[in-house]
Amino acid sequence: MSGWQKYLNSTVRDIPPSGIRRFFNLAAEMDDVISLGVGEPDFVTPWNIREACVYALEKGYTNYTANQGLPALRQLLSIYLKERYNLEYHSQRELLVTVGVSEALDLALRAVVEPGDEVLIPEPCFVSYVPCTALAGGKAVPLATKPENNFQVTAEMVQQAITPCTKVLFLCNPNNPTGATINKQNLLEISEVVKQHDLIVISDEIYDRLTYTGEHTCFASLPGMRERTILLNGFSKTYAMTGWRVGYAASNPDFIAAMTKIHQYTMLCAPITAQMAAVEALQNGRRAMLKMVEQYDRRRRMVVNAFNEMGLACFEPGGAFYAFPDITSTGMGSEEFAEALLKEAKVAVIPGNAFGQSGEGFVRCSYATSLADLTEALKRIAAFVSRIR
Amino acid sequence: MQTDKAILELLEQNCKVTPEEIAALLGVDAREVERRIEKLEKNGVISGYQAMINWDKMEEQKVNALIEVKITPQREVGFDAVAERIYRFPEVHSVHLMSGDYDLAVFLEGRTMKEVAQFVSSRLATMEHVLSTATHFVLKSYKRHGRILEDKEKERRLVVSP
Repeated sequence: MSGWQKYLNSTVRDIPPSGIRRFFNLAAEMDDVISLGVGEPDFVTPWNIREACVYALEKGYTNYTANQGLPALRQLLSIYLKERYNLEYHSQRELLVTVGVSEALDLALRAVVEPGDEVLIPEPCFVSYVPCTALAGGKAVPLATKPENNFQVTAEMVQQAITPCTKVLFLCNPNNPTGATINKQNLLEISEVVKQHDLIVISDEIYDRLTYTGEHTCFASLPGMRERTILLNGFSKTYAMTGWRVGYAASNPDFIAAMTKIHQYTMLCAPITAQMAAVEALQNGRRAMLKMVEQYDRRRRMVVNAFNEMGLACFEPGGAFYAFPDITSTGMGSEEFAEALLKEAKVAVIPGNAFGQSGEGFVRCSYATSLADLTEALKRIAAFVSRIR
Repeated sequence: MQTDKAILELLEQNCKVTPEEIAALLGVDAREVERRIEKLEKNGVISGYQAMINWDKMEEQKVNALIEVKITPQREVGFDAVAERIYRFPEVHSVHLMSGDYDLAVFLEGRTMKEVAQFVSSRLATMEHVLSTATHFVLKSYKRHGRILEDKEKERRLVVSP
């Protein structure tokens, strides 16, 4: 251990550097790269939402808001969740506006996890879950999902991983990076196990609007799950508002109060202009949102077909905006494939193992990319694959 | 019907998109797409294919004008007969019957202001049943056919993000 490293908090020191970071540095140095490595919409935030923010600034909305977020925003969220999932959350006691879902999941973990508690995390998964669990003092226990099982999380998998230390189950539905959606039957069976073992569920449903096959089932809407679920969602993916950083958490008053406690001392509140924009999104953003969803759905079909045609078996994702093709038939590992593809074909994709060990053998390709770029990228990938075979 | 609508939306965005590409996007057969497009062309739902050109970027001199035309509607044919006499001129780009202060909005294209003025005074204003005209020259176009001509918004996303 060199220099100042020995002064670092050991938990922080032991968190491995992000697999994405290294790749980012590599890709950023090159020109003419088409990137399918971006975890955000290619659309710019709809104009009416941006315009509402400009107006808010002109009117002088530059102050702090209540810790929990603008009352108007929380009321709209309460109405929205009631209308969409028939879930009732009290706007003052059961909703918290956060700086994106990323903050919300950190708060949720810190609010409930004690040192040594085990957190079940289906993998491959979003890159923050495991490090945030470690930072909260918990122990991440991966549940490997598999393509032969459509990357489903099942009650059986959860059941088998449970120990006396298990406290939290993480769900990400639809999933980043696989695009898998968990079907209602599986969710119902999982909810039985959750009840039986008295678990807390942190359910990240940031991609709930981007569901293309069938209806999204909100985990908190299942019988008996509302109280023991911390539902996380936000505006980033739904309304193409990633850089605004607005998300929210909904749960029982005790959990929300605890999360608010951490939030008020660390973040104080989400930026007011972003919250005003979120109000506009909920009031008038529906049409633009549905239009974007329609476009993702079309690209999804094209991309999945293209991968299967070039001989990279690709599971049909039901949600989010990622395809997760299996690249083992090329004889390469995830990182090797992604690196060679970047250098030789100038297409950036993310190695699947950046999302957990069970992502090895896959790459994540975002189809939140303009049609022209997507078509060109698929051409380049097909040529690359036939060259190395 | 739903498929036709989707095909039309894709063609409206970019008429160079091929039947194969449309097929991949919509999850239908390419020949099916071709067949549907043919039918839509035959029915006149698709009335033609054009490139959107920003002539300002060429050295080419072009002048565009909007002419407000007030007319006396005629028995049985209403505004249609006069509208037809106007839209038959090749100089006329588009003609719309409007609600409000005037009746026809006529978009003209000419090489010079003088040429447009000439057309209005000699052809339009003198036409039978035309009561009056008001000519507005276009100084600058920002957006046409739903496209922003000089969009300053660029791709700003990082190359790679979680």
